[in-house]
Amino acid sequence: MNKSIASLLLGTALAATAAGVAFAQDKTVKIGALSDQSGLYADLGGPGSTLAAQMAVEDSGLAAKGWKIDIISGDHQNKPDIGTAIARQWFDVDKVDAIVDVPNSGVALAVNNVVKEKNGVYINSGAATSDLTNAQCSPNTVHWTYDTYMLAHTTGQALVKAGGDTWFFLTADYAFGAALERDTTAVINANGGKVVGGVKHPLNTPDFSSFLLQAQASKAKIIGLANAGGDTTNTIKQAAEFGIVKGGQKLAALLLFLTDVKAIGLETAQGLNFTETFYWDMNDKTRAFSKRFAEKMKNSAPPTMVQAGVYAGVRHYLKALEALGGNPHDGVKVVDKMKSMPTEDDLFGKGEIQPNGRTIHNAYLFEVKKPSESKGPWDFYKLVGTVPGDQAFTPLSESKCALLKK
Amino acid sequence: MQALYAQLLVGLINGSFYALLSLGLAVIFGMLNIINFAHGALYMMGAFMAYFLLNLGGINYWWALLLAPIIVGIFGMILERTMLQWLTGLDHLYGLLLTFGIALIVQGVFQNYFGSSGLPYAIPDQLRGGMNLGFMFLPIYRGWVVIFSLVVCLATWYLIEKTRLGAYLRAATENPTLVRAFGINVPRMITLTYGLGVGLAALAGVLSAPINQVRPLMGADLIIVVFAVVVIGGMGSIMGSIITGFALGVIEGLTKYFYPEASNTVVFVLMVLVLLVKPTGLTGRAA
Repeated sequence: MNKSIASLLLGTALAATAAGVAFAQDKTVKIGALSDQSGLYADLGGPGSTLAAQMAVEDSGLAAKGWKIDIISGDHQNKPDIGTAIARQWFDVDKVDAIVDVPNSGVALAVNNVVKEKNGVYINSGAATSDLTNAQCSPNTVHWTYDTYMLAHTTGQALVKAGGDTWFFLTADYAFGAALERDTTAVINANGGKVVGGVKHPLNTPDFSSFLLQAQASKAKIIGLANAGGDTTNTIKQAAEFGIVKGGQKLAALLLFLTDVKAIGLETAQGLNFTETFYWDMNDKTRAFSKRFAEKMKNSAPPTMVQAGVYAGVRHYLKALEALGGNPHDGVKVVDKMKSMPTEDDLFGKGEIQPNGRTIHNAYLFEVKKPSESKGPWDFYKLVGTVPGDQAFTPLSESKCALLKK
Repeated sequence: MQALYAQLLVGLINGSFYALLSLGLAVIFGMLNIINFAHGALYMMGAFMAYFLLNLGGINYWWALLLAPIIVGIFGMILERTMLQWLTGLDHLYGLLLTFGIALIVQGVFQNYFGSSGLPYAIPDQLRGGMNLGFMFLPIYRGWVVIFSLVVCLATWYLIEKTRLGAYLRAATENPTLVRAFGINVPRMITLTYGLGVGLAALAGVLSAPINQVRPLMGADLIIVVFAVVVIGGMGSIMGSIITGFALGVIEGLTKYFYPEASNTVVFVLMVLVLLVKPTGLTGRAA
């Protein structure tokens, strides 16, 4: 008798616990926007990325459905040790579920390991290195906006095909520059071109004249800029000063952001060809979003592609959580769900996340407008061509990602 | 060989910025005994002032060369009157900490309003284009920077070392009580000297605006190198700073040619070597 009462009670208790789990699914989420908040990449990511993440949360409408979603932000100062320290603290102490943005490939690759170790979710938008979804891919990582493979196969390829068959590289001396130079060199060689020389410069170099003189002396048709942010703007500005373009050599800005063009000024930047996956003035949807975004930004700047990628990535992440019916706090499980759902948002359109974590969407070749063509303070780009996602990004057959060997 | 000449010349151009900035630092340290860590921020303010003058007031580069140093110099004098003067007689460390704090605040405010990627400032029309020197293409503006800063450096040196005003100044730092007894207003002199040093920093800022981006952190990136220049040259020595500034620019330029990866660190390696051999710096006097 006693025994049956006991088992009855136990059964009730178990049923109650099970029901409790089913009914009170955990609907709390914490997202950490980790970026360069004050250095040379702060304008293309930084506070704007945090804002983009916040807007994604608001637009998801999950708050009205009882979800509690918090965003915190951190400054990795372009230093991998600081980036990983913040990431660890976020997972261990602050119970963060997902880390987003993380420009600077060196920091991004370091944080990649931490997120994997802690089984979090990592939606990278700011970093360029294609290693994130290739040699160093992780089941916890989604790489959203762009990568070095894509930049090499769009801008690089277009320039080689247009006759730019000899190249000299100005390369930022860290993971990103190395990856971009490697991927672009492969494209140049495959298309019958040749790299005649190159120089590696330290990150955040104010003066490029010595390097530009070497590039000039190399007589290469194309000077490839495998750098980003402030380094790229300084190079382009000083190249104009040294008469490089007038002398017949062409600059290839392999990676150029909206904020960089603003900083250089159209007078100097006009005519540059480059690739982005998002531009604020593409269609009504991107314009509407950018208007809302710019109103909230201190300098009224529309979003860069990095910030747009943060928005789109967080939106998709939250969609996956909603589809799961709650937050399982299990990175691999959430990322698998994200991969199983097609991506679609106002900024990047339709796309998908490949098994290696690479998000596929269109890439666009742009040219910087002449000052006379520009109608407003941020009207900078002319669309030259569209490359469909499956041609722009690494084909799965070429990927060395271990996740594909299952 | 041609390339080498080109690198020497480019090095000289960067050296002019180092020289102008370290000169201002040396003047301030020599006369006020303050290690002015705000120097980079004031250099940045000079560049921004040129930008404001052009875009808000329609005032061109040539006037900016005169006005920006004066405006930023006045700002410097206000800093000296309201904050720095209370540090007289205290350890160097206090001045360093205070000016470092000022630099952080100034940079933070500019970054908050103007972002970090910078604003464009065009080369003035009269100085556009370049000359083919045979071994390199020299932008006229860069040639102008070298000549102009050399003239300013030598004029400052002359003012402090060879004129009566300079003599008063040097006397006032040696023995303020005695100089005051002669009826000279020492505090006002100190304020003006700080203003002069700050003005030199702002002048370097205006000169650099067309070459580099006008960015809130432009001074922060440069200031550590400039401090190394001052230390190598010997703290407070006017001619030492000028010569070391130009020389280090050249050495850095050569490093960019032979081993670019080390170009950001070569100055510090040199600093270590010099201090090991001569702790007072190349031209410094023993304390």
